[in-house]
Amino acid sequence: MNVSFDKVSVTLGGQRIVNNVSLTVPSGTVLGLLGPNGCGKSTLLRTLYRAQKPSSGVVRVDGDDVRSLGGRDVARRIAVMAQESTQEFPITVREMAMLGRVPHQRGFGADSTADHELIDTALREVGAVHLTERYFAGLSGGEKQRVLLARTLVQQTPVLVLDEPTNHLDIAFQLELMSLATSRGLTVLTALHDMNLAGEYCQNVALLQAGELQGFGRPHEVLEENVIRAGFGVDSRRLEHPITGRPLVAVARLDPQPASAAQQQHINHETKTVKEHA
Amino acid sequence: MNASPRTIPTLPRPVVALAPARRATLWRRCGATALLCAGIVVVILLSTSTGPLATSLSDAAKIISGHFLPGMVWMQDGTISVSQDQAVWNFRLPRTLLAGIAGASLALAGALLQTNVRNPLAEPYILGVSAGAGVGAVLAIVSGSTAVAGLGLNAAAFVGAAGATVLVYLLARQGGVIAPSRLILAGVALGSLLAAITNFLTITTEAQNVYSVLFFLLGSVSAASYPQLILPGIALAGVGLYAMLRSRALNAMLAGDETAIALGVNVTSMRRTLLLATALLTATTVAVCGGIGFVGLVVPHAVRMIVGSDHRRMLPLVILGGALFLMITDLLARTVAQPAEIPLGILTAAVGAPFFLWLMRSSGARAAGVDR
Repeated sequence: MNVSFDKVSVTLGGQRIVNNVSLTVPSGTVLGLLGPNGCGKSTLLRTLYRAQKPSSGVVRVDGDDVRSLGGRDVARRIAVMAQESTQEFPITVREMAMLGRVPHQRGFGADSTADHELIDTALREVGAVHLTERYFAGLSGGEKQRVLLARTLVQQTPVLVLDEPTNHLDIAFQLELMSLATSRGLTVLTALHDMNLAGEYCQNVALLQAGELQGFGRPHEVLEENVIRAGFGVDSRRLEHPITGRPLVAVARLDPQPASAAQQQHINHETKTVKEHA
Repeated sequence: MNASPRTIPTLPRPVVALAPARRATLWRRCGATALLCAGIVVVILLSTSTGPLATSLSDAAKIISGHFLPGMVWMQDGTISVSQDQAVWNFRLPRTLLAGIAGASLALAGALLQTNVRNPLAEPYILGVSAGAGVGAVLAIVSGSTAVAGLGLNAAAFVGAAGATVLVYLLARQGGVIAPSRLILAGVALGSLLAAITNFLTITTEAQNVYSVLFFLLGSVSAASYPQLILPGIALAGVGLYAMLRSRALNAMLAGDETAIALGVNVTSMRRTLLLATALLTATTVAVCGGIGFVGLVVPHAVRMIVGSDHRRMLPLVILGGALFLMITDLLARTVAQPAEIPLGILTAAVGAPFFLWLMRSSGARAAGVDR
C-alpha cells in the first residue's frame, strides 16, 4: 500500500514546521526520514496518521486522502509506534498489545481466541512473550519498545510508521528492531537519526531541513558529503563497512571551534585513538 | 545501560501455558460481579428492614416483592401492618436505591474522569461541579426555605452544578480543544472560588441555617423519594451504556492521546463527550444527595487493583461496587449513632479511607504498580 505526500505544509503557531513536502513511498518499501532535531520529521509523520492536520497539501494512503478517511479506516491501514508512552495506570503487556485490535473491533464484547493468538504470536516474534503477564510500566526501555512493536504488528496494517524507534536502545536491539520492522514486506516510514541504520535498512531516505525536503532517493545517493554538511552541519567521509561491505558514513565535527590547550590535547588524543582503532 | 535481554530468552512458551492466567482473571471477574450483585441484594434487604419500626428481613422482602408482583397473599392477609409497608416501601427503599444510584454514578464519573484526564488523582469533584451545586443549595437555604427564584433546594443545586459545568468547560477550552491539565487547573480554581462563596454565605447567614447547609454539603440521602430517583437514574443508565460501548476507545486513551489517535479514536470529541457525561452524572447526583466525597476517587482505584485497567472489565464492577459501597455507608449512617444520622460524606471517608489504605498496601496493589 503506497503512501504519498503532496505539497504538504504544516504551520503551528505562525511557524512553518513542514514546508511544501512532496514524496512518494512505493508499496512495500522502507523510507528513512533523516534530519536534525526539530526539522519536521515527526510532524510530517503525524500528518500521515491524522494526529496533525496539514495547513495545505494532501497526504494519501493507497490513493485516498487520510483526512477524508475516518480515523478507524486509517488505523486499519497505518500502525504507529510513537515516541510517547505515558503510563499512569496499571496496564499489562497483554492489554497493551491488545490495543492493536481496537480499530478492528466494536462494542463491549470480550476478545476472541483469534485475537489472543495474534497477540501471543506477535509477542513471540518480538521476543517479549515472557513478559506477557507483566505490567508495562515496570519494563525496561528496550522491553517497552518490543511490546509497542508487537502492538503495531497486532494491528495488522500494510503501513507502519516508526518515530525514532531506536531511541534509548542498545545497539544490538537497534539492529534487531529495524530488521523485525522492515522484513515483513510492509510499507515502512521511519524517522531516524542514524544515517548508517538508514543505509542498512531503507530503500529510500528523505532528508529534511527546517521543514523542507533537501534530498530524496537511495541512501548512498542522497547521503553525499556536501549534502550531509548542509543538512546536519557535520563533516563526513564515505567508507566501506569492513564486515558487510556496504557504504558507511563516518561523521566528524565541522571546523572545530578553537579550544583551550587542555581540551585540544584531549581531542587530539581521542582522534588518535579512533585512528588506531580504524 | 539498558538491561533488555538481547537474545530471545528460553524457548517461546506454548499458547496453552498462558491460558490459566487468563482464565483466573475471568473467574476473578465473574466472581467479583456475582459477589457484588449478591451484596447489593443483601444490603437492600438489610437496609429496608433496619429502622425504629421493627421489620424482619423476610417481611421486608415480602413487602418489596409484593409491590412488584401483583396478587401476593401477604399484602392482603394482615401479616404486614400499614406502617411497616409505609416505612419499607416509601422511606427505606427509596433512600437505599438513591444511595445505590448515587454511589454508582459518582464511582463511574470518577473512573471516566481519571481516564479522560489520564490522572489517577482526578475525581468528580475536581471539576468544581459539586462546588457549584453547593452555591446553588446554600443560596436556596440562606434565602429562605421556600425557594430561590421559584426553585427548590435540589433544583437550585442542579442549576449551580450545571452553571459550574458550563464555566469549567469554557475555561478549559482553547481552540476547540480541551487539554487535560487545563481542565484540572480550571476545575480546581473554579471550585475554590465557588467554595469561598459558599463559605461566605454560610458564615453570614442566621445560625439556624448553618445545620441545613452543613447537612447538604456533607451529603445525605435521608429525604429520598421515588421522583428524586428518576433523573440520576436516567443519567446513570445513559452514561453507563455509552461508556461500556466505548470501553475499547477508553482503553486506548489510557495509552496516551497520540496512541489513541493512531488507533482511530477521535480524542478531541471523545474528551468533550466524556467531560459532559461526567459533569451530568455528578450534577444530577450532587443536586439530590449533596457532596458525598471519596467514592469517585476510591472505588475506581480499588476495582483497578482487583481486575486491572481494561474498561470492559472494570466499568461494570465500578458501577456495582460504587452502588454497594454507598448503600452500606448509608446503612451505617443511620444506625451507628441512632437516632441521629451521620452525613454520608463523613462516613464515606471514615470507612473508605482505611479500606483503601489497606488495599493499597496489599500485594495485589503492588503488582498493579501502585508502588511506583
